[in-house]
Amino acid sequence: MAEPLLEVRDLSMHFELRGGLARRLRRQPNAVLRAVDGVDLELARGEALGLVGESGCGKSTLGRCIVGLYTPTGGEIRYEGAELQEKRDRATRRRIQMVFQDPYSSLNPRMTVKQMLSELLRAHDMVPKAQIDARCSELLDLVGLGARSLDAYPRQFSGGQRQRVSIARALALEPELLVADEPVSALDVSVQATVLNLLEELRQKLGLTLLLIAHNMAVVRHVCDRVAVMYLGRIVEAAPTDELFANARHPYTQGLLRAVPRLVPGRESTAAAVVGDPPSPIRLPSGCRFHPRCPVAQAPLCVDADPALGAGPGLAEHVAACHFAWTAKPVTHIPDVERGVREAR
Amino acid sequence: MSAPLLRVTDLRVEFPLARGVLHAVDGASFDVDAGEALGLVGESGSGKTMALRALVGLLPRTARIAGGSVEFDGVDVLRIAEDERRALRGRSIAMIFQEPMTALNPVMRVGEQIGEGPLVRLGYGRRRARERALELMRLVGIPDPEQRAGAYAHELSGGMRQRVMIAIALSMEPKLILCDEPTTALDVTIQDQILKLLASLRERLGVSIVFVSHDLAVIAQTCQGVAVMYAGQVIETGSVETVFREPRHPYTLSLLRSVPDVDDVRELLSTIPGAPPDLADLPPGCRFHPRCPFVQVDCVDGAFPLRPLGGGRSTACIHHELAAEDARREPVIAGG
Repeated sequence: MAEPLLEVRDLSMHFELRGGLARRLRRQPNAVLRAVDGVDLELARGEALGLVGESGCGKSTLGRCIVGLYTPTGGEIRYEGAELQEKRDRATRRRIQMVFQDPYSSLNPRMTVKQMLSELLRAHDMVPKAQIDARCSELLDLVGLGARSLDAYPRQFSGGQRQRVSIARALALEPELLVADEPVSALDVSVQATVLNLLEELRQKLGLTLLLIAHNMAVVRHVCDRVAVMYLGRIVEAAPTDELFANARHPYTQGLLRAVPRLVPGRESTAAAVVGDPPSPIRLPSGCRFHPRCPVAQAPLCVDADPALGAGPGLAEHVAACHFAWTAKPVTHIPDVERGVREAR
Repeated sequence: MSAPLLRVTDLRVEFPLARGVLHAVDGASFDVDAGEALGLVGESGSGKTMALRALVGLLPRTARIAGGSVEFDGVDVLRIAEDERRALRGRSIAMIFQEPMTALNPVMRVGEQIGEGPLVRLGYGRRRARERALELMRLVGIPDPEQRAGAYAHELSGGMRQRVMIAIALSMEPKLILCDEPTTALDVTIQDQILKLLASLRERLGVSIVFVSHDLAVIAQTCQGVAVMYAGQVIETGSVETVFREPRHPYTLSLLRSVPDVDDVRELLSTIPGAPPDLADLPPGCRFHPRCPFVQVDCVDGAFPLRPLGGGRSTACIHHELAAEDARREPVIAGG
């Protein structure tokens, strides 16, 4: 494989939570929220990687670390082989851009589209002064908005149109890597489709590398070449998209896929796909982080030992962090969290 | 067949505005049989939430009901006095909202909230109300009910809060539960747990459900019947099985085709051109005609009420065979 465009090595982002007065008086250390806790990730040039997981798994935090909105507390991020420093220069910042989830709060309500775009073009010297106006129209054209929109304010647009403006803003700096954090989850179904198609089209046309952060497995399947699944600050499985959907090896990924509601009427099973709630990232479970909810966890192995993210035999591209990922799985049992409930019934 | 438990006929809800009248719900009709779950599906602004709220008189202050009837168990709910409606609400008709954190009382223990209905309205004693609360908590799958009963809403996870909401809704043994996007704020694994819980409760207790959602897949998993709304009107009804496999309205067809399906990858997702109409300035004729791929000359004026098709189905489209043909040519949903 050629040198990856982006390389994330053992990245951590821990947030120290300020404790209450009692805690401080007793001189107890503050609690630490481990949002991202040792993540390795690579992105090849031109690739679309999907990052999926439930809320609180750290996927957005990871995206923000990559863009440079957070300074990671550990590990490193390399871009074209060079480590990104805490303070990035303007040229580096230009190359990694972000599209946010909420198109209502991520656009300045008091600036017209033209003001937004031309400010960026000027500050980064993207085009000669005389061509700024022409470039603004070109950018809007690229995202499927007419030149008429140039003088409009964000409030005059619908949700889908606003997301197009956000994308135009990110593209103004001609980035190589676009990090899109849940770009369609605030939009209606029929509008989601248009924005997803636009992302796909732009990727083909501009050769963009895309990191798509999403909770919707179907969205990721449509857009991405490869998918990484996060659980409690770690990547638990990653594989090429078709491989992951056809042959998921981690019990969490398998549960996640079973939990997605299908359009085919009726239910296949009445049992929950994954039981219980995700534990708090402040008090992480011992051993494998998924063991309290896992249907195949074995004591003491899974309770004590933290499985490493390893490739399958003959499958260099498919990695999973489960003790039983590549061997026959033990017999399914009912995890403790559910047992209490069933016995009560 | 006996009369349905709930029959909504030509329901109209309006908001007077300075620039005219906003027709939030403009002729919605659907039936719900006893023990049936009906999905009310549509995009934002289609009127699905307003239609649901009108059923129990929980509309915003500025809204007015401009017409139609809502027959519940033989009584026209829109024509009875407010105190009679209040007696119905929570008792025979319960509601579950989207955001349990804002719907629950933050300063009251959840066990007391669940037992409050039986205590205040069914005349239970304190001890019996508490026992009933614990029994309901077990029914909805809350682990350690004795301990959790003493918790406040903020101490529970999103999924547990929604289970508490369901327990409250069930506390007075309603005949009908109205659910407004009950799982939209939840993660997919928790959504799966809650949907399966609602389905099993419906089967065990025989309660009817009206389920409002924008998510077609959620409706497919939970409901037997479906009513599709567009621009304030119900434009197609029928069983989920028939409507999803062979839609008879171009809007239903387009909507189903635009959903990314996790089992079926297509090069490009189909999209619906244009945007839904302004509810204060509606197009003449069929409301979908400016965006319809099968539009004909006779679609641009006249009225387009729901017409029965037989087999328990109905559609507002006068050229529904075009949508049906298209669905036969290329299956709408994969598998099954």
